[in-house]
Amino acid sequence: MRISIYRYNPETDQAPYMQDYRLDEVSSETMVLELLTRIKAEQDESLSFRRSCGEGVCGSDGMNINGKNRLACITPVGELGESIEIRPLPGMPVIRDLIVDLSQFYHQYRSVKPYLITHDAEPEIERLQSPQERDRLDGLYECILCACCSTSCPSFWWNPDKFRGPAALLQAARFLEDSRDQGTAERLNELDGPYRLYRCHTIMNCTDVCPKHLNPSEAIGKIKKKMLKHII
Amino acid sequence: MKQIPRRRFDALVIGAGGGGMRAALQLAQAEASVAVVSKVFPTRSHTVAAQGGINAALANVLPDNWHWHMYDTIKGSDYLADQDAVEYMCRAAAHLVYELEHAGVPFSRLDNGKIYQRPFGGQSQSFGGPQAARTCAAADRTGHAILHTLYQQNIRARTHFFDEFFAIDLIKDDEGHILGAVVLEIETGEPLIIEAKTTLLATGGAGRIFRTNTNARINTGDGMGMALRAGIPLQDMEFFQFHPTGIAGKGMLITEGARGEGGYLLNRDGERFMERYAPNAKDLASRDVVSRAIYLEVKEGRGCGPKGDHVLLKLDHLGADVVKKRLPGIRDMALTFLGIDPAEQPIPIYPTAHYTMGGIPTNRFGQVVLPDGDEHEQPIPGLYAVGECACVSVHGANRLGGNSLLDIVVFGRAAGNHIIKYLKRNRYHRRLNPNSVEQALARLARWDRSGGGERVDALRAELQQEMETHCGVFRSAEILDEGVRRIEAIKARLNDVELTDHSKVFNTARIEALELENLVEIALATVYSARARTESRGAHSRVDYTERDDKNWLKHSLYFQQDNRLHYKPVRMQPLSVDSFPPKERVY
Ligand SMILES: Cc1cc2nc3c(=O)[nH]c(=O)nc-3n(C[C@H](O)[C@H](O)[C@H](O)COP(=O)(O)OP(=O)(O)OC[C@H]3O[C@@H](n4cnc5c(N)ncnc54)[C@H](O)[C@@H]3O)c2cc1C
Ligand code: SF4
Ligand code: SF4
Ligand code: FES
Repeated sequence: MRISIYRYNPETDQAPYMQDYRLDEVSSETMVLELLTRIKAEQDESLSFRRSCGEGVCGSDGMNINGKNRLACITPVGELGESIEIRPLPGMPVIRDLIVDLSQFYHQYRSVKPYLITHDAEPEIERLQSPQERDRLDGLYECILCACCSTSCPSFWWNPDKFRGPAALLQAARFLEDSRDQGTAERLNELDGPYRLYRCHTIMNCTDVCPKHLNPSEAIGKIKKKMLKHII
Repeated sequence: MKQIPRRRFDALVIGAGGGGMRAALQLAQAEASVAVVSKVFPTRSHTVAAQGGINAALANVLPDNWHWHMYDTIKGSDYLADQDAVEYMCRAAAHLVYELEHAGVPFSRLDNGKIYQRPFGGQSQSFGGPQAARTCAAADRTGHAILHTLYQQNIRARTHFFDEFFAIDLIKDDEGHILGAVVLEIETGEPLIIEAKTTLLATGGAGRIFRTNTNARINTGDGMGMALRAGIPLQDMEFFQFHPTGIAGKGMLITEGARGEGGYLLNRDGERFMERYAPNAKDLASRDVVSRAIYLEVKEGRGCGPKGDHVLLKLDHLGADVVKKRLPGIRDMALTFLGIDPAEQPIPIYPTAHYTMGGIPTNRFGQVVLPDGDEHEQPIPGLYAVGECACVSVHGANRLGGNSLLDIVVFGRAAGNHIIKYLKRNRYHRRLNPNSVEQALARLARWDRSGGGERVDALRAELQQEMETHCGVFRSAEILDEGVRRIEAIKARLNDVELTDHSKVFNTARIEALELENLVEIALATVYSARARTESRGAHSRVDYTERDDKNWLKHSLYFQQDNRLHYKPVRMQPLSVDSFPPKERVY
């Protein structure tokens, strides 16, 4: 099997290039992360990528595989066809090989106040929340910050400093939907203006690629509805 | 000494898992200047993978109280846990879980709006009576929910994070004070000195010493390696937990919560075999008990599949709704890695290396302690440890499921509080010790050597295989002797390992080499401690000494790197306020 991988080491390379590797005995269930690990172990120690959990829960190994942003550890080779091309997540500065600088992405996440805001005194036991209220967080709280969505969003590519991007907006929705949260007004005020929220043109790339099957596009829709009410 | 940049903080926390971040939060809220160093972005720490839940006797589903939880924990530990620490943890549990809820953790809910709790292994009402339901859960993504919430609260508290910085070694002065650490900025490859009045190790477990394991690739026990190199012993390293339900052949975890929700194990004859091994608790017996049962079923020819090498975990009778609602994460995992929907088909499972019960010895304030004579111990000034890298010891010889997430938040907070007090009494940084910095830098520089020596990856694979073969679920003098010989041989070869990649920018090969050094030291600590303990207790099962031996072995092991020396200290049998639970025969 032939695997073509984006390479760039700023210390030695003038420009990025694609390098081909061959691997034998690859079964269709093999995950792409395993291919990368094997290449690093058997052929080329210098190949660099992030990884940790190996089971799709830590969000370390988002990368662009055959044109789509995915997690290498839960992408089986069988889904990919004969040849495989692996590139870093698009639109972000490359630090080295498949490793990108996610500072902007994290900055946008921190900007949406991604924490529960409450004003009332805390009860001695848990705050109550009905199962139905809790259900509204499903599809929102599970985000692993892998950046697959934001780095597939054209609006984020053009305005990474101004548009919050799907991952951060999903996070905003996670708190706006939480029956315990009392920060609705400050959250919506923070998102007001032409860019932070409204640069989303519902292109849906984000939802297409999310490896956790979350739906940032729908979440953004919900925020926009809340915003309308809030402004009126 | 070459000019290396220096930063100064009141408190340094190494590790951004649940333990480190809970401590950092306590410190930041008390307005201490705190730096958190993590080799991965905080939410990628391994706490994120915890599935089933966190124990606290909230009594939301069934009657419960902290004293029953304490009893179960001590029994689960096979009486090796320190009873003062266990009492402290179980008493604090409810408060800590409410605190997490207040901080925003999206726990699953009951119809009355309270936190959802499920039964887990080793839990009972009334000191050994009927099954309890003590594990608070956010579906089967409890670790994710807790870790993200703690990170978010730290953002709010403006904790200073050093993301993707790798801690190399502690800095120590001649009087034995810990002064901070030398760390490596992974992105630039440049070292940095972080000076701090206190240093907290929260670097997690070392499951990567074994081939098949549930742990993330970053779980290489770096903090334990750093402690050993600073002359600090590791406690109870022979007790390594094998989780009964790993995906066969692959190792990913299927939470005990799957059995808590009503799943059970079957052998090739379709027999629910746990009824034979644990007539009362059945599939919810303690982990050591269930793992040994599976191992024996397979060994005696009752395994499933063409090779007879695993058993089955049946969940389909729970119905698709329960599986999707309560166990969505493991359903995803089974679909991804096996193409099996557990709502329809059973999951092939086999025991897999999971949790490091042993670690850096601490007291219940998180202070790292050294033995002082046979009975007493002394805290090391300025050094703390919490979480899976520490051994306080609340898990003793076998940890109960759901008690580790509890351990990390309870002792993370306790250590934070103790550090705040320490900082009030110790207002100034001590003078940096250049010798200690030099040593850390030499460790780094060693990897600049080039040549055609052995490869990191190959040696690590050998190490993991040897540990699996010679220090697994069942052990004997013969196997362990051989294990010691083989791991020593690997250590000797470590000297010849060389890198071909000497670049600076994000050099992950170098990080893996530094991690391998830690893995080898921890593997050695484990086999030496295991060889010496001639009894069976909790996770440590010897075929040549099948009984627990309280007369000779009701004591903690301490392994020192120098000369592989072992020392022992008594178990603290005296709780804080209630009566001691004396050792009894352990049946489930
Ligand atoms: C699959 C799985 C499921 C589990 N489920 C449960 C459960 O349901 N309930 C339960 O109670 N327990 C569970 N556990 C156990 C529990 O999750 C862990 O024991 C616990 O989360 C450990 O937390 P920690 O804070 O000690 O370490 P970790 O979360 O492992 O964090 C370690 C931190 O240290 C950092 N670090 C390590 N080395 C260095 C270095 N050299 N330099 C800089 N930083 C470093 C890492 O970057 C990371 O931030 C589970 C464990 C696994 C593997
Ligand atoms: S739907 Fe919005 S956020 Fe998602 S990719 Fe399109 S523009 Fe970006
Ligand atoms: S929404 Fe999905 S794709 Fe985006 S960061 Fe979260 S998990 Fe990744
Ligand atoms: S390695 Fe954790 S998500 Fe892939």
